[in-house]
Amino acid sequence: MGMDIRVPLGAMFTLLGLLLAAFGAFGDKSIYAQTLGIDVNLYWGLVLLVFGIFMLFLGLRSQARGEVPGESADGDQSRPGH
Amino acid sequence: MNLSWIDWTIMLLYFGFVLGIGAVLKRYMKTSTDFFLAGRSIPAWICGLAFLSANLGAQEVIGMGASGAKYGIATSHFYWIGAIPAMVFVGIFMLPFYYGSRARSVPEYLRMRFDEKTRGLNAISFAIMTVFSSGISMYAMAKLIQTLHFLDAPFARMGLPPSAIFHASILISAVIVLGYILLGGLTSAIYNEVLQFFLIVAGFFPLVYLGLKNVGGWSGLKAQLPSEYVHSWQGMTSPGTNLLGVEWFGLVMGLGFVLSFGYWCTDFLVIQRAMAANSMNAARRTPLIAAFPKMIFPFLVILPGIIAIGLPTQRSAAVMETGGTAVVAQPAGRGLIPVKVDEISGAPVYDQQGKPVLDYDLAIPEMLAHYFPAGLLGLGLTALLASFMSGMAGNVTAFNTVWTYDIYHAYINRKASDQHLLWMGRVTTVFGIAISIAAAYLAARFNNIMDFLQLVFAFVNAPLFATFLLGMFWKRTTGHAAFTGLLLGTGAAALHHGLTLPIGEAVGIKGGWIAVLHQYPSDMAQNFWTAIFAWTACFVITIAVSMFTAPRPDSDLKGLVYSLTARIRETGAWYERPAFLGAIVIALLIALNLIFK
Repeated sequence: MGMDIRVPLGAMFTLLGLLLAAFGAFGDKSIYAQTLGIDVNLYWGLVLLVFGIFMLFLGLRSQARGEVPGESADGDQSRPGH
Repeated sequence: MNLSWIDWTIMLLYFGFVLGIGAVLKRYMKTSTDFFLAGRSIPAWICGLAFLSANLGAQEVIGMGASGAKYGIATSHFYWIGAIPAMVFVGIFMLPFYYGSRARSVPEYLRMRFDEKTRGLNAISFAIMTVFSSGISMYAMAKLIQTLHFLDAPFARMGLPPSAIFHASILISAVIVLGYILLGGLTSAIYNEVLQFFLIVAGFFPLVYLGLKNVGGWSGLKAQLPSEYVHSWQGMTSPGTNLLGVEWFGLVMGLGFVLSFGYWCTDFLVIQRAMAANSMNAARRTPLIAAFPKMIFPFLVILPGIIAIGLPTQRSAAVMETGGTAVVAQPAGRGLIPVKVDEISGAPVYDQQGKPVLDYDLAIPEMLAHYFPAGLLGLGLTALLASFMSGMAGNVTAFNTVWTYDIYHAYINRKASDQHLLWMGRVTTVFGIAISIAAAYLAARFNNIMDFLQLVFAFVNAPLFATFLLGMFWKRTTGHAAFTGLLLGTGAAALHHGLTLPIGEAVGIKGGWIAVLHQYPSDMAQNFWTAIFAWTACFVITIAVSMFTAPRPDSDLKGLVYSLTARIRETGAWYERPAFLGAIVIALLIALNLIFK
């Protein structure tokens, strides 16, 4: 199929991460009483953001190289042609 | 449970991506193979995650959390004894025949290997089971949305009655699933299963982290609970000394062998994901790649249930509000788990000994409400909804393929062109979802019908693996024998169920409807033994009938049977070889069983 799943996957997690991290950083801090005082939205948002950007990078790189995902199992640490 | 704007935004963002992926994929749907088999072009890692997620529907996430709360870490047997060995087996030994034969579905393999009637039996029973499972999934999701009350406030604002929540939940989930499958077929379903996999991890990892931190880690949790909760093999020598109520032989043979191999090695819902792979090697690696995250999943879905029961008992406020009606004095639950409430009267439910019954299905929702603030709560709920919907989508994509290739093309319109089949696939998707909606309402009206249907499905599934095992590894097996074995195996399952009863249950849907010859200590023990009887009956009868019927010539069976198929020469790097991956999986599996014994 002509779309690398890592592109939408990465885009979604980048947006989710940004949203959560911003909400954690600038939102009401009193809601973190139930999470043992940890600003989970900020930290987990950052983790998701990093994951999202990484996936986006892998996906866009393979598309830029013109690899049609599927013809070779790219990104799968496997080499084409087996 | 009240959601804030950020939770809604996260949910909408997800739905936007789901439909967006379908829209982008639409232009690649040119032939029926594109639609039903994703053009056999998907890389192994994507197939692997989809293989895992297709099964990760309602039963998995809510049910495994519930079982964690009820049976403790012994629930991990469903993974570490159940699923994983079967996944290794199907990858290494069975996919060469499924993928190599170029069959487009599991029933089609049965036609190639045996005959038309065996395919027909499997195709029709499978088609009926998948639409009903999808309906049950839809019903469970609507029910959960109702129980969580997070749509109450927006519905009140729009002037809609609370009863509309159930209908709206069914309708919206149906429309979304319909939308993305119509657009992108199996590829869409597979891609969304990949999104769902990462969402589940993203939504549940913080839950486990916070829960464990709160109880003082695994050792803290151990200190809170009786030791059988935290040792998976403790007391397994006899059914009376463990929480599952099963002895090790019934567990290993019934769950580990018959039921798990029957599901993971023959169910087209999961096999379809491997058939979509872009090469034989990728197809074989699909279940092996899936096995790695599958091994870790007990920590994500079972552990929250154990934490929920291990926390100090409290009255939870978030989920238990009964929508403003007067609440009858509630007996305390245990940990975060509340007492089950009768749906109609609102009164707490008691068992035959007068003890309050706990509503274990609320383990995961209660954990989410307890630990997640606005933001993460939206993420957690979205993960749950995603798992419900892709569970549904998995059933629908399997259904439209089997209907179109194995029923419509085989019996109704043999001359159909490929374009016509593609069109038929789309029409079937609409019909499949319509029947699922009907099934969901049937489940809402008559709970017993669904229990009854699931029981019948269990009877049909129990003998399947015997047929496939003999078919693939013994070339003498004949079509007449396979057909007879399947029918009589199902009959044996029904007979065993009709003659036995779990202790403390009434005669009827739980068994004993012919006569009660034997009582099992738990219904799980009864299930496992029903499966063992059905499998054994099918195995023995298939061998016996094969001996009296004429086998097919060897030339017809090339590529379909082990002894008549050239061994696959494993090329490629060592880490890409199925046998190597399988060995690592088994080693890790043994380690996990030893650590948590």
